[in-house]
Amino acid sequence: MSELTVRIWRGLEAENGEFQDYKVPRLESQTVLDVVTYVQRRVDASLSYRFACRVGVCGSCAMSVNGVSRWTCRTHVSKVAKDGLLEIAPLRNLPVIKDLVTDMSVFFDKWAKARGQFQGEHTRHEAFAQVKPDSKARKNVDAAIECIGCGVCYSSCEVVSWNADYLGPAALSRAWTLVNDVRDVAQKERLQAVAGDAGCQACHTHITCTERCPKGISPTAGIAGLKRAVLNASLKGEL
Amino acid sequence: MKNDFRSRNHPAYWAFILHRMSGVALSLFLPLHFWALGQALQGEIKLQGFLRWTEQPWVKIAETLLVVLLAAHMSGGVRLLMLEFLPWRSWHKTLLALALGVSVAMGLMFLLSVF
Repeated sequence: MSELTVRIWRGLEAENGEFQDYKVPRLESQTVLDVVTYVQRRVDASLSYRFACRVGVCGSCAMSVNGVSRWTCRTHVSKVAKDGLLEIAPLRNLPVIKDLVTDMSVFFDKWAKARGQFQGEHTRHEAFAQVKPDSKARKNVDAAIECIGCGVCYSSCEVVSWNADYLGPAALSRAWTLVNDVRDVAQKERLQAVAGDAGCQACHTHITCTERCPKGISPTAGIAGLKRAVLNASLKGEL
Repeated sequence: MKNDFRSRNHPAYWAFILHRMSGVALSLFLPLHFWALGQALQGEIKLQGFLRWTEQPWVKIAETLLVVLLAAHMSGGVRLLMLEFLPWRSWHKTLLALALGVSVAMGLMFLLSVF
């Protein structure tokens, strides 16, 4: 049986940690999460990492694999370790709690800052809103609604590295789905929240988030939409 | 922890680097451009002397590089405007290839015109 050489980041803080090497048996159809789980269960029980569903639904197992942020549960070793070497580190742009576990608070706080909450005006006593599935707004929502909040785009984004206040691709993409939600009544406040140096205008259109999103979503598309929406509102004097 | 080159290694990031570097190079060239134009203020003889100096092959090669940088910066900028202001579609790599093609074509056309 062949072996993989796996370098895993160990430490309490990113600056104080270091990579440690492990040998893991190479198995058929093995995922990167399988490799991390093997190390934690068979080699070193003190290794900390995060996962839940193992099937690409929960978004909790994202890590940096050979320098690229990925969901590890659906990343096959054969795809990323062609020379039998795996380097596994915590997500970038987030504080490291321990080993492969990052503090996601700032990531989700930015969703709230971008007014990522739906705000309607109807109560349960009124009729359901009717949104045509083939309407342009609904299609815009559909294109971005499957986000699982894994943080891969945020971890991959260079602008987040340059500007810690930048809301990031996921929060802005979420805001774009609500900008297209015809039932939402907080549109002006939302556009104000996503405009400015830490908002959509800070995006340099590197398209890294789109390249890396495991769900095939394009946050860049949403951010471009927000840029247009903010510009239109500004020209109309609404912001 | 920050990303390293491995995370940035994809076509659109390379396009960003090219756009930024060409912009910086062109802005550094701008004072030289104004200085060259200023030679006209020193009289016809001085200007003609400068224009003869620019006929040297290596200056033409440098001018070709300049034209490529200008074309790359312009086509890269148009690419971004098209991406962000036209309805979104999965065409960013196509636009990138077109921008690159326009830049190389402009450089080759300039080379044909000077040699």
